[in-house]
Amino acid sequence: MTADSIGQLAVAGVSKWFRTSRTSVHALDNITLTVAPGEFLCLVGPSGCGKSTLLDIIAGLTVPDSGSVFADGQPIVGPGRHRLVMFQESALFPWLDVFGNVMFGLKREQSLTRQQKKEIAERHLELVGLTKFKEAYTHELSGGMKQRVALARSLAPDPRVLLMDEPFAALDALTRERLYGDLQDIWQSRRKTIILVTHNVREAVCLGDRVAVMSPHPGRIREEFRVDLPRPRDINSSLLAELAQDITSALKSHDPELGRQ
Amino acid sequence: MKHALSIIAFFAGLILLWKVATVVMGWSPLLLPPPEAVARYLWDALFDGTLLSASIVTVKRLLIGYVIGVAIGMGLGLMVSTSDFFGSTVGALALGLQTLPSVCWVPLALLWFGQTEGAMLFVVIMGTVGSVVIATSNGTRSIPPIYARVARTMGSEGFDKWTRVILPAALPFLVTGMKQGWAFAWRSLMAAEVYVTILTGFGLGHLLEYGRELSAMDQVIGVMIVIVVIGLITDKGLFAPWERFMHRRWGTGASVS
Repeated sequence: MTADSIGQLAVAGVSKWFRTSRTSVHALDNITLTVAPGEFLCLVGPSGCGKSTLLDIIAGLTVPDSGSVFADGQPIVGPGRHRLVMFQESALFPWLDVFGNVMFGLKREQSLTRQQKKEIAERHLELVGLTKFKEAYTHELSGGMKQRVALARSLAPDPRVLLMDEPFAALDALTRERLYGDLQDIWQSRRKTIILVTHNVREAVCLGDRVAVMSPHPGRIREEFRVDLPRPRDINSSLLAELAQDITSALKSHDPELGRQ
Repeated sequence: MKHALSIIAFFAGLILLWKVATVVMGWSPLLLPPPEAVARYLWDALFDGTLLSASIVTVKRLLIGYVIGVAIGMGLGLMVSTSDFFGSTVGALALGLQTLPSVCWVPLALLWFGQTEGAMLFVVIMGTVGSVVIATSNGTRSIPPIYARVARTMGSEGFDKWTRVILPAALPFLVTGMKQGWAFAWRSLMAAEVYVTILTGFGLGHLLEYGRELSAMDQVIGVMIVIVVIGLITDKGLFAPWERFMHRRWGTGASVS
């Protein structure tokens, strides 16, 4: 592994079926994809295109039926602390306060002293602007604050790759816009490799260096778009809207059900 | 303050109703003694020491049996929740035994252990284990799967995952199970003490049964009140702190109105 491959991901010929006793669903078909270190990739597609399944496979939570995924050149065999996942529901632990949640992933880092762990957790709470809510319980937070805590919890153990599964889908538009700004700031300062799954095309264009368009039955990557707009990007800008328009038409052309509308 | 006053008023009203009933209906004190007779019994028994020593004997049996029952029940419950085999064997057995009133164990306990402390403990343990097994396995199976996924991605597996994620996440269910186990243990012990006379300790159940034999209904009702009060105190002392902790963290427990 060379220094400049840290944070690199390669998906090679991954296929996945979900079989029950009655049916068999072809979720992913021969997906091949590479993500450069520090790149921000967005996967967009309609529900059922297998984008979350692909993220789960990259996370190591699901095993593909064929093909493999390489992180930093090494094949992925299970979940690993270098690839952390942020889910649509914040999935914060209610028995811990905000600080305890951010500390969760650090607890097992044996190379750090207790004091260092605390400092790291505090720094990440500051990063997401929630220092004041350190001792709050999770039910006392708004949806947007919960996702900020979840972001801090995922970033604190310093993963190489951050996998985000529709993290903003359950938030209201204003909160979402603010988080787009925050996420871009954090990504620019920390330079993590990020893969974000969404069905919101504008969100994908606003955040990603590259947008991969997926289509369902079976899940395939159909087209890739490079986004060269300057950062920080505003979701309401007209340039962004234009590109989103193109991507949306591409989405529709690849999915017969969406195209019909 | 107003809240406390209205609570006092409620219980005072209840006692008044009881008093009025004994006067108006003209029942024999053998059937329903007036409240002051029960109060007098409680006062006397408190000072001659019978009530206190009987309570100590009973609570001691209860605590020992309950702790053993919870330890066995939690262990089995965790086994049941981690394996389908144990789920459909031990789990089914626990579910079946839970429906068996624990007093049904008394004849067997007498045969196996004779009129000893062992028989008492056996009945209490059998009464506790079933409900704790069910609550523990239901609890660990009912936690949102996303918690386990988060734990896995953060590198928390095995023992670490159980102690830092699964068990804390199941806490609301575990406390409910322990509470239920406590209620079952209490009932089992009272049944055992009413049915079985043993020489090694004279508990509240025995006191109750002696009251019946002597037709001393003031004693019977007095002991019943003591049993309820001990139940309330342990509930407040043992379980209320846990419940407060959970309500604060989970944001639950607001009254539904």
